[in-house]
Amino acid sequence: MSNQNKERGKKAQSPIRGLIVRLARERPTRPGEIYGVPGSGDTMILSLATIGILLFVWWLITALGWVKPLFVPSPQSIFIRFLSIWKEGFTGSPLWMHILISAWRVFGAFLLACAIGIPLGLAMGMSTLIRGIFDPPIEFYRPIPPLAYLPLMIIWFGIGETSKILLIFLSVFAPVALGARSGVRSAAIEQIHAAYSFGATRWQVLRHVILPAAMPEILTAMRIGIGFGWTTLVAAEMVAATKGIGYMVLSASQFLQTAVVIMGIVVIAAIAYLFDLLMRLVERKVVPWKGKM
Amino acid sequence: MRLNIENATVIYPGISGGPVTEALQQINLTMEDGDFVVTIGASGCGKSTLLNLIAGFLAPTEGRIMLDGAAVEGPGADRSVIFQKHALLPWLNVRDNIEFGLMLQGHVKEDRNKVADRFIKLLGLSGFEDSPVYALSGGMQQRVGIARALTCDPKLLLMDEPLGALDALTREKAQELILRIWHDTGKSVFFITHSVEEALFMGTRLVVMSPRPGRITHEFNLPFSKQFLDGISARSVKASAEFIEIREEVLAIIFSDVEAE
Repeated sequence: MSNQNKERGKKAQSPIRGLIVRLARERPTRPGEIYGVPGSGDTMILSLATIGILLFVWWLITALGWVKPLFVPSPQSIFIRFLSIWKEGFTGSPLWMHILISAWRVFGAFLLACAIGIPLGLAMGMSTLIRGIFDPPIEFYRPIPPLAYLPLMIIWFGIGETSKILLIFLSVFAPVALGARSGVRSAAIEQIHAAYSFGATRWQVLRHVILPAAMPEILTAMRIGIGFGWTTLVAAEMVAATKGIGYMVLSASQFLQTAVVIMGIVVIAAIAYLFDLLMRLVERKVVPWKGKM
Repeated sequence: MRLNIENATVIYPGISGGPVTEALQQINLTMEDGDFVVTIGASGCGKSTLLNLIAGFLAPTEGRIMLDGAAVEGPGADRSVIFQKHALLPWLNVRDNIEFGLMLQGHVKEDRNKVADRFIKLLGLSGFEDSPVYALSGGMQQRVGIARALTCDPKLLLMDEPLGALDALTREKAQELILRIWHDTGKSVFFITHSVEEALFMGTRLVVMSPRPGRITHEFNLPFSKQFLDGISARSVKASAEFIEIREEVLAIIFSDVEAE
């Protein structure tokens, strides 16, 4: 028996050890790859498999009756509940109405936060006066959980739409403004100097150099901001709401309709994920040069 | 064009109460129309500070910078700067980068196109007008930067180690290109480099600076760029006995500064 065959024989005897060796060894790269780049490669198949296995395990434990439907309803019962709410509605309003109301609150607050936060953040980056004035209040409220100041919002602005949108607005505003502010630093001093040496005004430098250079960071801040918006939605719909996905989840939980709770969570996740995909598309269109120069 | 630097001194305040730095001490330098002044010196000798003074990005602590009889009080379109890198705008394509200065000055699209076409041709960028600048090689990016600087017809071109980031072969080609453009356009050039060979080959005048405090210690008049423009090949110019002699002399000056540290 040659030495090589002996090696093979050993591996065949202990498959687990073989796997460990395979994971631990440093494999040379295939042509077209770069050696030693951490975490390179495609994860699509593995991700899909994970989702599949999670769904399967979920289905299995409910099908075998290991967990009561009150705690974990089966995947198919949630889908059926989704269809029935889609057709018949929840507490008198159709599902699309709940989705629309929540989307209006989140995206309305998001657009408002961007419309005010981005210019203010840019101004904070450009001017010590503006930064000096606005930095303390933003840094003061930013780390506070929205649930903590929800009562104040209600005392000041009532239980209508204003307090709901304002609560979401505040949670989006801080990350967007701070992102725009730090984006101001993205322009290289050479780019700024080049513009000035062509006789540019301060406004032109802002418009044609600093703003475009800050776009990648602004778009990233917007993605982070909308995430905070969805997080805050349920809190915003806790008080005196009669419509909305957050309201649906909260009121379903009071009646122990676990299937509706999970269904609402999935709907929120799906909308947020779709919007994130859209933002990535926008990023590729608007800043194709990101990280390339 | 006439540039007069009169007794320019730049003192940087110390960082958090540390000692002050005298970046430039009593600099006197005059540039005439068509001069190609190259500045060389060990790092920290104030070359870039001097360029920033002329560009108007920095004000002298003492002394003054006079351009055609008027004091320089800030950056302006009569002095275009070409940087080592990072100065192009990656969100604009090659043409829009070249037209950037004209756009800032409010020229209409047709006029901008006409001027840009001329410099796209001159710099050998034809066919790349619509390319994104980040897709170009370093040498081509630098040509875009030079084209952009030329579009606004400046009196003086300020080049801050423009070829420092290029590989050796591209660099020699770029040196020849810059000399030809300088010759054809008749611009005055203030040029910073770390390469003694580049300095001797390109300049009509060489200014050697020494650090701490930054000051001008030697000046040379150079014949080599003229030899090249008269038709002698660049390598032959750089290999001539006269060239090598001055090269060693300048290197000796710079090394003595480095060893004095």
